[in-house]
Amino acid sequence: MASSAHAPADTFPKLLVRNARMFGDRPAMRHKDLGVWQTLTWAQLLDDVRAYATGLHRLGLKRGDTMAIVGANRPRLYASVMAAQMLGVIPVPVYADAVADELSYVMAHAEVRFAAVEDQEQVDKILSVSDRLPKLETMVYDEKRGLRDYDHTRLHAMEDVIAGGRKALAEDASLAAWLDAEIAAGKGSDTSIILYTSGTTGQSKGVVLSAERCIGAGSDTVAFDKLTERDAALAYLPLAWVGDHYLNYAQGLIAGFCMACPESGDTAMADLREIGPTFFFAPPRTFEQMLTRVTIRMEDASFLKRRMFYYFIGVARRYGEAILNKQQVPLHGRLLYWLGNVLVYAPLKNVLGLSNVRVAYTAGEAIGPDLFSFYRSLGMNLKQLYGQTEAFLYLTAQPDGQIFSDTVGPALPNVDLRIADNGEVQFRSPGQFVSYFKDDLKTKETMTPDGYVKTGDAGFFDGKTGHLKIIDRAKDVGKLKDGTLFPPKYIENKLKFFPNIREAVAYGDSRDFVAVMINIDLTAVGSWAERNNVVYGSYQELAGHPLVYDMIQKNIEEMNRSLAEDKVTAGAQVKRFLILHKELDADDGEVTRTQKVRRGFVAERYAPLIAALYDGSSEADISTEVTFEDGRKGVLAARVKIRDVATVPVAPPLGKAA
Amino acid sequence: MRAPSASDIAAGEILLSIENVSLSFGGVRAIRDVSFDIKKGEVRAIIGPNGAGKTSMLNVINGFYQPQHGRITFKGETRTKMRPYDAARGGIARTFQNVALFKGMSALDNIMAGRTLKMKRGFLWQILRVGPALTEEIEHRRRVEEIIDFLEIQAIRKVPVARLPYGLQKRVELGRALAMEPELLLLDEPMAGMNLEEKEDMSRFIIDVNDHFGTTIALIEHDMGVVMDLSDRVVVLDHGVKIADGTPDAVKANQDVIDAYLGVAH
Repeated sequence: MASSAHAPADTFPKLLVRNARMFGDRPAMRHKDLGVWQTLTWAQLLDDVRAYATGLHRLGLKRGDTMAIVGANRPRLYASVMAAQMLGVIPVPVYADAVADELSYVMAHAEVRFAAVEDQEQVDKILSVSDRLPKLETMVYDEKRGLRDYDHTRLHAMEDVIAGGRKALAEDASLAAWLDAEIAAGKGSDTSIILYTSGTTGQSKGVVLSAERCIGAGSDTVAFDKLTERDAALAYLPLAWVGDHYLNYAQGLIAGFCMACPESGDTAMADLREIGPTFFFAPPRTFEQMLTRVTIRMEDASFLKRRMFYYFIGVARRYGEAILNKQQVPLHGRLLYWLGNVLVYAPLKNVLGLSNVRVAYTAGEAIGPDLFSFYRSLGMNLKQLYGQTEAFLYLTAQPDGQIFSDTVGPALPNVDLRIADNGEVQFRSPGQFVSYFKDDLKTKETMTPDGYVKTGDAGFFDGKTGHLKIIDRAKDVGKLKDGTLFPPKYIENKLKFFPNIREAVAYGDSRDFVAVMINIDLTAVGSWAERNNVVYGSYQELAGHPLVYDMIQKNIEEMNRSLAEDKVTAGAQVKRFLILHKELDADDGEVTRTQKVRRGFVAERYAPLIAALYDGSSEADISTEVTFEDGRKGVLAARVKIRDVATVPVAPPLGKAA
Repeated sequence: MRAPSASDIAAGEILLSIENVSLSFGGVRAIRDVSFDIKKGEVRAIIGPNGAGKTSMLNVINGFYQPQHGRITFKGETRTKMRPYDAARGGIARTFQNVALFKGMSALDNIMAGRTLKMKRGFLWQILRVGPALTEEIEHRRRVEEIIDFLEIQAIRKVPVARLPYGLQKRVELGRALAMEPELLLLDEPMAGMNLEEKEDMSRFIIDVNDHFGTTIALIEHDMGVVMDLSDRVVVLDHGVKIADGTPDAVKANQDVIDAYLGVAH
């Protein structure tokens, strides 16, 4: 509907001004404060941001500077991004849970002069590395608590900065005109934001995105999913992640819909229920956790409810997806589904907070086919998309009605996608990044001579559907010694689809066979232990329990049978496994902040375990350094058992597979 | 409100003074002729080996036990006998060594219970929940939400406390005590049974309560690191007798204290 209206606005501040004019009284943001949802309309938001930008300008912030944004999803931090952009300042969001080293790396690399942070925790973290940040001059913070006694020569409360700006604007009429000129001076080709990659592949890089490209990509998907100012989203994804900036911030400003900020990180799922968003994104992991929670609670439900739940979930599995895809369904199927909706699906979606969802996406990792169809069969329009920071997340998405659990959809409008000879996916797109900040070498490495960007992901277009399928990181697809194809991600994802397995790391490249390290899921296995009177005192003890080993072994054997069904993957069956004594943790650098396993690092860290997987021993000792939340380090030692797994015998690999 | 600095405290107004208090249960003399004072705005620690009479001392302060001898002066008013109800009404709140919450009630309701004494409308009004009683409840709820925000327990607002881990139960209990907006907060082993991270969180909350609300705090604690970091002054009891009183550093260097903790041949 708004396509004509947002044509002239080529920067986000201009969009904000437009929204205040067009949807002045509609909610722009909601935030739960002291247990009550507070609403900020577009007009109020613009007013606040103008005052904030003026206040920041009075503190010395000027066009061309960079400003770090550190904290959780709070309206004032989003306002900080807007205020910076209004002044022609480049915002640089940093992951709120980044440890001091990561934080100082990004802030120093981006040469930030200002930082807008959430609270005392972040102020302390930045102060602790201030000697590495010579360019940092001023910090503004949202939450006053605990900060009163700090030296306030370079530290200001956002509230005071905004109040100061508002007063100045009221007193000096020329200031408002100056601010209007600042907004008008912003060009579409200006750098809108620098987003640092999460560092799956080493040191994080600053991805420079321009305003017109961000808005170009955002406008296309707003049209693709028909998002309007009447939609609502829950902004709970990390502020520094491209997904949040794109799906919530950019789409929100373009379509004019309302972003609701959760009360705190822990309450996101409860807030989801209260807000009832119409547009929802979650990584597969979150959908998985939601389902695990439902399954566990159903185990505790009364006999009748349990029977009813499983019966109607069965009905949904038979007819639900077909109904959603508008295919032929027999009448009694429709009637049963209707009854199921009244008795089970609608109440269930209500409990999960998904009742109003019109468009839902998942991305980041492969989603289990069962998991995917579970949500779809309930009547939720869950789809997959594929993208990366360098493309402003905008490459492929599944259109309504063309949904497959193992594809990520066809190229989106205006995206030019191709597969290179080595299987790598490459693109040219509206949201394409400008460069890596201060790293021309990396920028050159990533671009092809003819102007395509290399994604680093291996994939192919599915013959039947024309959709893109992503197999793995291009450099991760390996081969066993006998030449059998070894796609580690594929195996890991298959394993992770078992509720008991939270994380799996597969090894096999240039080895004789495939072996895996497993992280159990404490919620699922813990609940199983409770039901079966298995006593344990710690994660480590539960992970090493023989009965847990038996259970995981059964899971792996089941996966081996499914791998054996396909000639290409039959050779990659898992022969040996172990269960790790600790959870892989971002603080120890084992997974990224977006919870992706850093395979190389893990291999190095657990080298003795991997050696033992391949030398036939039945147990191995390991001691690793762990980092506590406050940054101190300790050592964790354990003896880990290793087991063999039954495999399905297969014919020698075909030449084609090798 | 601002928390006074150390020098302010030294010169500060006395909030509570204990003079020559003795308490015995039959033949057992739990407290013998102990005197000390608590000044406005300070964090005062009471330490001592097991059985030294620390908890008895707290129970004397909030009127649960009646001492046989001695005087207790709170806010300039001297009382020999005081009931816990009067203590609570007078502005003394406490937490317990073994968490004493209403197990079946949510964290929110438990903290709301701390507002009971602040409710002006009677029981019937509260049941009806209309008109002025409703307005009042909304106001109390707002105060409780501030405490929930302060203690960062939003996520467990509606969870029955029996289902919460111990560390969080302790936090809810602190919340209930804070809901009374006390002038003097008595904490009986706030860190007992906690892991390091929980202890650090709790320490921060205690500092913040003292700093943010200006609440005077008297605490019993066994973790010496915590005591030395948190408190402005420390009083040491041993077998019901006061053996030292002063700043953490002075107390640490006191030979009697070292003997009491490490033990000497009597």
